[in-house]
Amino acid sequence: MQTTVKFVKKGAPRWVSGAIKTPAGAVSRVSSDWSRTDMLGMIKSRIGAYRMHYTVPPGLYAVGEATRDSDVFVTANYKLSFDIVRRALKGMDAWVLVLDTQSINVWCAAGKGTFGTDELVRQISVARLSEVVGHRRIILPQLGAVGVSAARVNKETGFRVSFGPVEARDIPAYVAAGYKKTKEMSLVKFSMLDRLVLTPMEINPIMKKYPWFAGAVLLLFGLAPTGILFQQAWQGGLPFLALGLAAVFAGAFVTPVLLPFVPFRSFAMKGWITGMLITFLTMQAMGGATGQSALLLAAIYLFFPALSSYIALQFTGSTTYTGMSGVNKELKIGIPLYIITTVVSLLLVVLFKLREWEVL
Amino acid sequence: MKYLANVSTLQFFSDKCTGCGRCVEVCPHGVFEMRDKRANLIDRDRCMECGACAKNCEFNAITVNTGVGCAAAIINSLIYGGAPSCDCSGTGSSCCG
Repeated sequence: MQTTVKFVKKGAPRWVSGAIKTPAGAVSRVSSDWSRTDMLGMIKSRIGAYRMHYTVPPGLYAVGEATRDSDVFVTANYKLSFDIVRRALKGMDAWVLVLDTQSINVWCAAGKGTFGTDELVRQISVARLSEVVGHRRIILPQLGAVGVSAARVNKETGFRVSFGPVEARDIPAYVAAGYKKTKEMSLVKFSMLDRLVLTPMEINPIMKKYPWFAGAVLLLFGLAPTGILFQQAWQGGLPFLALGLAAVFAGAFVTPVLLPFVPFRSFAMKGWITGMLITFLTMQAMGGATGQSALLLAAIYLFFPALSSYIALQFTGSTTYTGMSGVNKELKIGIPLYIITTVVSLLLVVLFKLREWEVL
Repeated sequence: MKYLANVSTLQFFSDKCTGCGRCVEVCPHGVFEMRDKRANLIDRDRCMECGACAKNCEFNAITVNTGVGCAAAIINSLIYGGAPSCDCSGTGSSCCG
């Protein structure tokens, strides 16, 4: 909402090019080209919290020389969603109706209900769409169907909803085919590139917790009957710190990117397998850095694959195909195992320490 | 890519189906297919319980328990109560984007 104000203060943003007069007032016309600012915005919003304020003002926009007969496409006010739609409409004359989804993309917003029937009905009325266009058809992104009941929109506004393709880039082909989707156009995909661009938002949140893990490890290894020894903390803790990073890499990067190639359908299992592999490789790379203690080795091979498994399970929130019942099932089995594993590995390290102090 | 088998709560009552085709139009995983002017549930294991079909079936021929298939959301709801939602905004970030 703050950025809405910002745009107004600075005058028209660069993606606005003029206006079109309609019976319902002037409507801003948007360009179908991306500027460097748009590219940069996309990159920044892929990485972090910038996305939460990356918005365009909701309402009606025009592309090309939109007329009373032009199609109306609906999208979210997450600027990246809006940018992808206006780029897809290059060379066409069309209207774009932007719903207020509070800077969230269509699919997620539809799940929350902000890209929903009520908001669509409201924006149709606010934009006085029935005065702008002579027809009564609107085209929604297919994934908006999670939040929009086409029948209710029709009842309340008189507009007939068509759910178009999943991807905006298929809009020209969809229109050219007489508003018909091929089966391909209605299936949501999850390519390696799709998964790769999601990984920063997997790595970021978990790395915010890493300092706590590092602090605990250094404290544990530095602890001696005489106080905290820094050299010991460093020597004993360093391999664990490296293994922690390796587990993040396995769970938040390797598992998502290689998703279909890692065995099993369960994300917990996938994460455990990559975690085991990466832990093993990291141990090999470090040579004998952890010493030959069987207690520490057991703790390492128990804890770090489980950590990777837990992190990989978080990726269920970003996929295009995991449902709640499945995730519930994984958590019901997984959480007790994660807790047990953590407690047992902690006990093993404590046991190792007690031996080191020659208490046992 | 398929997720766990035999977990989806999707139910289809073919006797109520009028063959309007909305479910085929909205399903992002091809769970339904039109055959002989009726919808057919062809692969329940592909269902991610998004609820688009049930929401857009005017004839109540489809039911499904919808919800976010997101581990973080479910863990949060276990710890802090409430229904699982995509609102991770308490930490200043969001999973959705």
